[in-house]
Amino acid sequence: MQFLADFLPAGVAMHAPALIVVIPLITAALAALVPNGRVAWIVALVTAAAVALLSLNLLGQVINEGVISYHMGGWAPPLGIEYRVDMLNIALLLLVGIVGLLCVFYALPSVADEIAQNKQALFYSAFLVCFAGLLGVTITGDAFNVFVFLEISSISTYVLIAMGAGKDRRALTASYNYLILGTIGATFFVIGVGFLYMATGTLNMADMAAILEVNGHNRVTQAAFAFIVVGLGLKAAMFPLHVWLPNAYAFAPNFVTAFLASTATKVAFYALIRFLFSVFHPDVSFVEMSFVWLFAVVGTVAMVVASLQAVFQTDARRLLAYSSVAQVGYMMLGLGMGTASGLQAGLLHLMNHALMKGALFMALGAFALNFGVRRVKDLAGMSKTMPASATAFTIAGLSLVGVPLTVGFTSKWYLVTAALERGWWWAVAALMLSSLLALAYVARLLSAIWMDSPPSHHGELAQRRLAPWMVLLPMSLLALANIYFFFHADPLVWLARSAAEAVMGGN
Amino acid sequence: MLEILAERFNYIPIIILMMIGLYVVIATGNLVKRLVGLSIFQTSVFLLYITIGKVFGGAPPILENYKADDGYGHGGEGAGHGAAEAGHAADAAAGYAADHAAPAADAGAHAASDAAHQATEILYSNPLPHVLILTAIVVGVATLAVGLALVVRIRESYGTIEDDALNAADYSLESGSAE
Repeated sequence: MQFLADFLPAGVAMHAPALIVVIPLITAALAALVPNGRVAWIVALVTAAAVALLSLNLLGQVINEGVISYHMGGWAPPLGIEYRVDMLNIALLLLVGIVGLLCVFYALPSVADEIAQNKQALFYSAFLVCFAGLLGVTITGDAFNVFVFLEISSISTYVLIAMGAGKDRRALTASYNYLILGTIGATFFVIGVGFLYMATGTLNMADMAAILEVNGHNRVTQAAFAFIVVGLGLKAAMFPLHVWLPNAYAFAPNFVTAFLASTATKVAFYALIRFLFSVFHPDVSFVEMSFVWLFAVVGTVAMVVASLQAVFQTDARRLLAYSSVAQVGYMMLGLGMGTASGLQAGLLHLMNHALMKGALFMALGAFALNFGVRRVKDLAGMSKTMPASATAFTIAGLSLVGVPLTVGFTSKWYLVTAALERGWWWAVAALMLSSLLALAYVARLLSAIWMDSPPSHHGELAQRRLAPWMVLLPMSLLALANIYFFFHADPLVWLARSAAEAVMGGN
Repeated sequence: MLEILAERFNYIPIIILMMIGLYVVIATGNLVKRLVGLSIFQTSVFLLYITIGKVFGGAPPILENYKADDGYGHGGEGAGHGAAEAGHAADAAAGYAADHAAPAADAGAHAASDAAHQATEILYSNPLPHVLILTAIVVGVATLAVGLALVVRIRESYGTIEDDALNAADYSLESGSAE
């Protein structure tokens, strides 16, 4: 692991925590200025590559030296803003960086198809702002900074989703509804941070935790807790607060859906974990109660109800969006166990889910790119017309169900083990039920793809069309990762375990 | 009960505004009015932050004689003024800041540079919430701008900004036989 920490020049490595956020912000302005969509794409690609490299370098640094504390502008915390990288958020940084890079690679043909020529550069600019926002939420150690970055990423997300209006005008209403709910969520979060600031007099998360430990909790911090959980729950599409998600994912441009599905809700979920474990302590009675009576319950209900809703969708992307809500339920359940192994399973599922949904949405994007299809029944015969994409879709789909030989099985295995450790038989039953429902909705997609014959036009079957290689490459990489990490589960499991230990082991 | 409310009088208008804002967001079917409600809701939170920055008897958080030893002609006057302020703050804070204010008052008679140093001991209001809210206001303005831009585009493509009519239009699209 030494080479990871050393491959960048020392000066760059020292400022890596700041650069990882600053570079996308600066290049976002750059991308907005260039006249040509293709040039803007190159800017975005270079940026995403730089971010992925920086996140790898930070991983090496964290392994070597433990927690990195970067003082923004040289002002020492708790007064200055601290960027803090530990084993928990390095996992998220890696996820956002690497999946982001793959998604950008995929973007060029997809965006060229869906976005008007003169808006492409601005589109990439909005994407980079969103990217910077997500990375910022992940890396910052300052509570108010989390709010600012959350809103930076959310506002650009509203724009990105609305860009789907070229294909379907419902993207506009989906984006508007997301804007209303997202802003309410962010405002709830900022109320919660305000209460915490009232109670502690600081905004630095580590400092907050230390002061709360000394001063103890009172009604102000309890109110803060409630506001923060609801606010971040909205952003993370926690079950009853998920209503914005299905339409937003269904009508956004394909590239945006692939990117958001594998990063945005994950980052909000990370922020939730950060507040639950690193600011509030899991031993505090009301936090402990929220695990069992809120997160575990909500997660279980989401797993079953959202999967059930997914079964009856006609739009393929909407179906997968409901499935995403169900998968967030799995993570919430893992979190709700309140044990290190539960959190580990939740985090493992978080990473694995990014691999599956990234590949699935990319494949749907490829189908849409070549044939303009989006409904489940229109996927008929894709195995004959687009065999490579259909295979990638199938692998990721089976992984979503949790079939052995795919990562979906690994994370469900860990979830079941953790639930049994806790003695939660009902959770295991819910997991099984939800997996069966997942089988039902994935089977609907797969039977259309493999069993039905391709549509014919005047007696002529649809011709075979290969997706552009820029689409195929990231999609196959993600699909293969779904298999690879089943056989070599160690890296991801290790990442999830050290992340869980980093927050459970106290600060 | 009345006493409890009177002690927390600053929160009452905030709560009222917050509820009005949330109610408008939920109750109205008009997309622009919904954004108005959202803005009221956000503004109430800005006020919440601003009021917690208030320290009773706190002076405005400005280092008045910070540059007193820069060779300004007004150095001495500035120091005296600062000391007076310190004394005033001490009175208002009912002895809380008395320990700090006493040396500050002495300093008024001494060299200006000393006073500049001592002036940091004055009881100030907390400036941090204002700075935070400055950022939050920018975020709020950006959200409102994006929201209004979306409403304009919705009006262009649907011809209405009423929620019911939009749902009806989307429903007919979904149930319609045309692709």
